[in-house]
Amino acid sequence: MERVPIMKIGQILFVSIQIDLQDDTVLQLQEDLAEKLAASKARGVIIDITAVEIVDSFIGRMLTMIGSISKLFDADTVLVGMRPAVAITLTELGLTLSGVRTALNTEKGLRLLGGSV
Amino acid sequence: MDELPIKSGDDVVRVRQCVRTAAAGSGLSLVDQTKVVTAASELARNALIHGGGGLAQVEVTASANGRPGVRVTFSDSGPGIPDVDVAMTDGWTTGSGLGLGLSGARRLVDDFELTSEPGSGTTIVVCKWSR
Repeated sequence: MERVPIMKIGQILFVSIQIDLQDDTVLQLQEDLAEKLAASKARGVIIDITAVEIVDSFIGRMLTMIGSISKLFDADTVLVGMRPAVAITLTELGLTLSGVRTALNTEKGLRLLGGSV
Repeated sequence: MDELPIKSGDDVVRVRQCVRTAAAGSGLSLVDQTKVVTAASELARNALIHGGGGLAQVEVTASANGRPGVRVTFSDSGPGIPDVDVAMTDGWTTGSGLGLGLSGARRLVDDFELTSEPGSGTTIVVCKWSR
């Protein structure tokens, strides 16, 4: 199983998903993020899904859960870079990703989280 | 036609990649490719988790009125679905999911055919045609 790296940049944890996600990889990412949040006192998480070609109901639910978990560590999560085709498909699938904030790109995501790194 | 076993999470990823290649090759738009790959991901996961593993068959074909597209058949020999009509409704789930897998997959494709007998498994055929 591949693992998604988490980078800490200032007060932000930055996750860029560059692989085809399988379920265990997403579960592992959730665990890794929770541990990093607890240890690093980060106040924001940015998940870059520019390279993600599909988000199905499982991956979508996990992304929502990551948002909820971050909240418990007093950090906000912003999902950035969703492809148009993914947005259309998610909506038709019936997933709203409620509770997760989104931004067009990383720069805008950072601004949402309160400015500079 | 490509035949892929569904026995692990990695196999689900391989099914997605195979459907993506077939969908792109059949001339589907990027949005339609994404829809059918997402549907395939849901159904492959169902075959793995609820059917105890199964098989995906992926083929490039054409609809009755000549539109090119892709057909994917998922089969498993799991416990089957006792009440298909109920299983097809949003929110119905046997596990911890959202219950959008089956109903959502149906919305994402053009043709959806489900055959299931309790005790003898489930077969689902989905098609997406180019516009």
